[in-house]
Amino acid sequence: MNEIPNLLVGIAMGLNLLALASGRLPSLIRVAAVQGVVLGLIPLVMERVDWPVVLVAVLSTALKGVVIPGLLRRAMRVANIDRDLAPLIGFIPSLLLGAAGAIAAVALARLVPLLPEHRGLLLVPGSLASILTGFVLLTCRSKAISQVCGYLILDNGIYLFGLLLIHAVPFMVEAGILLDLTVAVFVIGIIVDRIQRAFDSLDTRKLTALRE
Amino acid sequence: MRELLLIAIPLLAACLAAVWPGDRTRPWLLPATGLVHSALAFWLLIVPPQVAPGAWVGFDPLARAVLPAVSLLFLACATYGFTYLRLRAERRNRVFVALMLAALGLMSLAHQARHLGVLWIATEGLTLTTVPLIHFNGTPRAFEATWKYLLVGGTGIALSLLGSFCLGYASLQGGGVGNLTFAALIAQGAGLSRVWVLIAWVLILAGYGTKMGLAPMHTWKPDAYGEAPGIVGAMLAGGVTTVAFTAILRVRAVVDAAGEGATAGRTLVAIGLFSMVVAALFLLATRDFKRMLAYSSVEQMGILSIGAGLGGIGTWAALFHVWNNSMAKGSLFLSTGNIRRIAGARTVDKVSGMAFLAPRSAALFVAGLFAIAACPPFGLFFSEILVLKAAIGGGHRAVAAVFLGSALFAFFGLTRLVFAIVNGRPRTAAKIAGRRFRETAGVTVPPLILLGISLWLGLAAPAVLHEAWTAAVTQLFPAQ
Repeated sequence: MNEIPNLLVGIAMGLNLLALASGRLPSLIRVAAVQGVVLGLIPLVMERVDWPVVLVAVLSTALKGVVIPGLLRRAMRVANIDRDLAPLIGFIPSLLLGAAGAIAAVALARLVPLLPEHRGLLLVPGSLASILTGFVLLTCRSKAISQVCGYLILDNGIYLFGLLLIHAVPFMVEAGILLDLTVAVFVIGIIVDRIQRAFDSLDTRKLTALRE
Repeated sequence: MRELLLIAIPLLAACLAAVWPGDRTRPWLLPATGLVHSALAFWLLIVPPQVAPGAWVGFDPLARAVLPAVSLLFLACATYGFTYLRLRAERRNRVFVALMLAALGLMSLAHQARHLGVLWIATEGLTLTTVPLIHFNGTPRAFEATWKYLLVGGTGIALSLLGSFCLGYASLQGGGVGNLTFAALIAQGAGLSRVWVLIAWVLILAGYGTKMGLAPMHTWKPDAYGEAPGIVGAMLAGGVTTVAFTAILRVRAVVDAAGEGATAGRTLVAIGLFSMVVAALFLLATRDFKRMLAYSSVEQMGILSIGAGLGGIGTWAALFHVWNNSMAKGSLFLSTGNIRRIAGARTVDKVSGMAFLAPRSAALFVAGLFAIAACPPFGLFFSEILVLKAAIGGGHRAVAAVFLGSALFAFFGLTRLVFAIVNGRPRTAAKIAGRRFRETAGVTVPPLILLGISLWLGLAAPAVLHEAWTAAVTQLFPAQ
């Protein structure tokens, strides 16, 4: 019964490594989007599917897989930035960090007590690995949009952990979707700032023209 | 019902502000809502309502002990903000007014949240609404500060969600049925899975501690307080941080019930002392008087954390300190805003002689310094003495020593900066810039009133407040 969810978590863990190895922004955004869709599917293949589960699946797939990557692409165009990632630490070291993180995640997950129905699932190691990957991207990439992608992957990790609670406390997991809103605000922030600054410079030029 | 109005009125006013047509008349909504909110909050303080045991939201003793202070601070900031937005007429204020009001509504919700999820949603919403407020000035520096706030604050909010999930899982492991109100979690008590409770505590302390600005998670504070308008800084330092503090107190009560209270207390005291030491060192080094306020806020948060960690009388003192900090820090932020505007700069190297250029604001600034540095007879003196007393009474002499040492160094750092700005000869550039802004009653009376309340709390805090703080401590530590 746990094979399909575990397969999806495994794919997500592989995507973490891909994210760490991505050298260009569009590919990093694509990896984060695919991870969002893969994670969005997990609740649908778990043992019991009722309407809160479907709601969580649909909302998170739409936000993580479509809306936020769309916004990120738009921000990339508006901000007109260089698409190479310029990492603070190189790709090979970050990959090694990510791989070590994944192994540590599996080891750590063995130490915490789990409910019998969760023992066969890879949710806890998958979640920890994504959180670690998110932190590496947040701290070791200098470009704003790549930091947002890091935050998105961190957010994916927390969502994975939340799935442990989805049947008992669906409200908490639904609340967790709001975390995606933070990501959206990040991106909207970049877009608004660029637009505002363009207008501001225009305005001041007008003002000096009037004064003289 | 009344307690829900505290949340609904500001949120409705925010919607109204979002559709209000005129930029000149819209700021009226700020003091109007502030007045209604304060009246309601003090009515609730004096005549507390019944709270249903299983309610997700309610004006319980802890909300009663803290929320009126936030409401009062908002009223002062709103009155100041009305004049401030007139001075800044070149910027559109629709988003600013609407989000200030929404922030008040969300703070009221967060203080009254009796459910782990509601608390998190309110804090998350509050974080997001304050983002455009910090960015109000629209400068590249403001963008940088906003970015850091989002990055650090966003990570904090993510960690606190993960911590909340872990606490939820602790309840499931203990045979819980998914009721995550604090009352239900406390009732489960020793039935909670200890391992998960400890993991949750670490994550929640890191997460909400980031929002509170405890060191070493305080890195967003100097930038955000430095770049945000004075009223936003005042609301962040006196309102948003208290939300995170009550969140930590509520979770601490659960950790206590689970039998790990001693661990929780020790971590709170340790992180509080670390914050005080870090703040004192940075106060000795900084040359920017708006960033100075941020480090001073880190120090005050450290004191709150120590008080909360000591429990009992220490927590009582911390609740008292919340009021004192909100009033004194609010006043200081507003008078600093005046000085910053008139001086046109914010470092010691560029600003001096403010006693001549802005005599009223400079006087308020100096008085605010004495208030925040805990000089008697201001309220902070008494709350800090009580925290110290709790530390010594509990046999934590080393804690008391570090506390006193860092408070002393913080005092040196604060006075060094404040007097460098107030004394000396005014700069020519500031003289010219200063003529544009006059010290009207609109920008001097609100900080004066806050300072007056701080003094009053020190000299004669009313009995109803004493009783409210005692009730809150009883709610948090029923055994003592």
